[in-house]
Amino acid sequence: MTILDALLAKGRPVAAAAGWPRAEVDAETWRDAIELLAARQCTLTALWAEVATAHVALRDETGEAAAILSLACPDGHFPSIGEAHPPAIRLERAIHDLTGLVADGLPDTRPWLDHGRWTGDGTAAPYAFLGAEGESLHQIPVGPVHAGIIEPGHFRFTASGETVVRLEERLGYVHKGNAGLMAGADLARAAKLAGRMSGDSTVAYSIAFARAVEAAAGVAIPPRAAWLRAVMAELERLANHLGDIGAICNDAAFALMHAHTGVLRERTLRFCGAAFGHRLMMDRVIPGGVAVDLSREAAAALSALLVEIGGAFPRLIDLYDNTASLQDRTVGTGILSADLARRYGAGGPIGRASGGSFDARKAMPFPPYDGLAFTVPTLTAGDVNARVWVRIREVEQSLALLTALIRLPAGPVRVEIPARSGEGAALVEGFRGDIFAWVRIAGDGTVGACHLRDPSWFQWPLLEAAIEGNIVADFPLLNKSFNCSYSGHDG
Amino acid sequence: MRRLLLDGLIHSPLTEKAPHLEDSDLAALAANLDTAARRRLGRSLSIRQVDAGSCNGCELEIHALANAFYDLERFGLRFVASPRHADVLMVTGPVTKNMQEALERTYAATPEPKWVVAVGDCALDGGCFAGSPAIIGGVGAVVPVDLHIRGCPPSPIALLKGLLTLLRAPLS
Repeated sequence: MTILDALLAKGRPVAAAAGWPRAEVDAETWRDAIELLAARQCTLTALWAEVATAHVALRDETGEAAAILSLACPDGHFPSIGEAHPPAIRLERAIHDLTGLVADGLPDTRPWLDHGRWTGDGTAAPYAFLGAEGESLHQIPVGPVHAGIIEPGHFRFTASGETVVRLEERLGYVHKGNAGLMAGADLARAAKLAGRMSGDSTVAYSIAFARAVEAAAGVAIPPRAAWLRAVMAELERLANHLGDIGAICNDAAFALMHAHTGVLRERTLRFCGAAFGHRLMMDRVIPGGVAVDLSREAAAALSALLVEIGGAFPRLIDLYDNTASLQDRTVGTGILSADLARRYGAGGPIGRASGGSFDARKAMPFPPYDGLAFTVPTLTAGDVNARVWVRIREVEQSLALLTALIRLPAGPVRVEIPARSGEGAALVEGFRGDIFAWVRIAGDGTVGACHLRDPSWFQWPLLEAAIEGNIVADFPLLNKSFNCSYSGHDG
Repeated sequence: MRRLLLDGLIHSPLTEKAPHLEDSDLAALAANLDTAARRRLGRSLSIRQVDAGSCNGCELEIHALANAFYDLERFGLRFVASPRHADVLMVTGPVTKNMQEALERTYAATPEPKWVVAVGDCALDGGCFAGSPAIIGGVGAVVPVDLHIRGCPPSPIALLKGLLTLLRAPLS
């Protein structure tokens, strides 16, 4: 029996829960979970709340064990996890903003997503940034409107000369109330909203939501649908990694790489547009399967695309590897320690460039990944360079996976989802890291409640740590190498 | 690196021809444009992009305008880092309540004459986020919109057509 099974056994199991086992627990068991998190015996995967219930999703390091614990909070309070386990702090601040539930003992009670503009005349409430005191320190406020074509967020730097002493982020600017819109929505509308949590991860979010719904409904999708989802997921990973590798180099003023990866990215998106009818593949993954099949001609075009990228990419790797002026910017810049990455359960290339190995495709595999051979590249240096290399190696893995995935099994690509109540959860690996989805379906087949957790929740705080001691001018480079989602985080 | 640069010299450019603008498109898109402003701004535009709440899908396609296939700058269109340098504000997303003031201040910081181009279905009326208590609505609910480019997200070609309309629409 794993430690998480032991926690579940202390509570009352929820029979309807599928995908991840869930149990209703008392405050004592909730505190046991906090102890396990603080002792680093399990990883915080999600923490969210409904009107009078707090939920926490936990997994062990291997991903073999997973559990959701739910604590009823009739008086509007629950014991803070963030008090002993800092990765939960922002989540608990957000819970208070969205539901009013109070985390007792939470060390930082400032609002997070709520800027004081949701009610009243829209004027912002005052917000106290954390202090940094010392001789010759100065502050640099940046955002929410940034200099580039980028999402909005505020960064408050405190610097000593060129060196960053403290960075504090303020997010929530693009909060659109996704969870609120989902409640009561039919499956088609909810799937559309899930696909717009973070546009760059639309396929991964759509798969996460669909898998949670399918778990709730007890539906297994046809093999061809599962394979097509993986084709889209790997194309999304490929396009994003190509874009990121180029953009990181561009932020080090090396535009040549950006130009070349931009061509490969555009070719990938054009293929997606031609084959699936949408360049970013929005709304192509739906609960029950996929909305479009891959024609024989499109499969041939995919083969040709893979040959083209496979031929061009090694030269770009050489270009990165052999340009000393570029490496001078990326090597040793913005180091994220393995200890912090692990403590926060940071997923994606950020975690895997800092000694982590978690990849939901391997740790909690689902078809077709359970039957495919691929490796999860990892490095330990934790700097910008390592994050570039992990992405480079993941591009190679995605190309190999796509080559294998072209041999699609025959058959239907969609099944109907029966309208019945249930609940389900799923964890899916997007290009940025693991996306958690939990959904409760009402008796009429509409969404009762839904929670989607972006990987950025456990990555944004680490950016504050990684920039410390680096120069201000390296922040764009470092930020790009993290490439956290604002929209996915803000919800 | 030398081989890559040499290849770049030998091979023909990937850059494609400008998209063809239908007269009907031009008429529809340009119907509301202020001709006096168009005369004064001339044939080159500096664009400041503002994400007022998008899911970042529109940003990906706006980014693509800079790649070798579309090469936006050959048309005299370029993205600038400050609204103070801009002729055009390109605004994406439903405007969230948390971004309303930032958008208003960015608009105020842009010198006259100026145009606002709203990008994406959300920017029209809130799109699939319409009705959320966390958003104001479309871009037009906060700042005056001169041109709207539809799509979720609009393709780079659709974006290019919209921007070229600003430059080429006949002066009435």
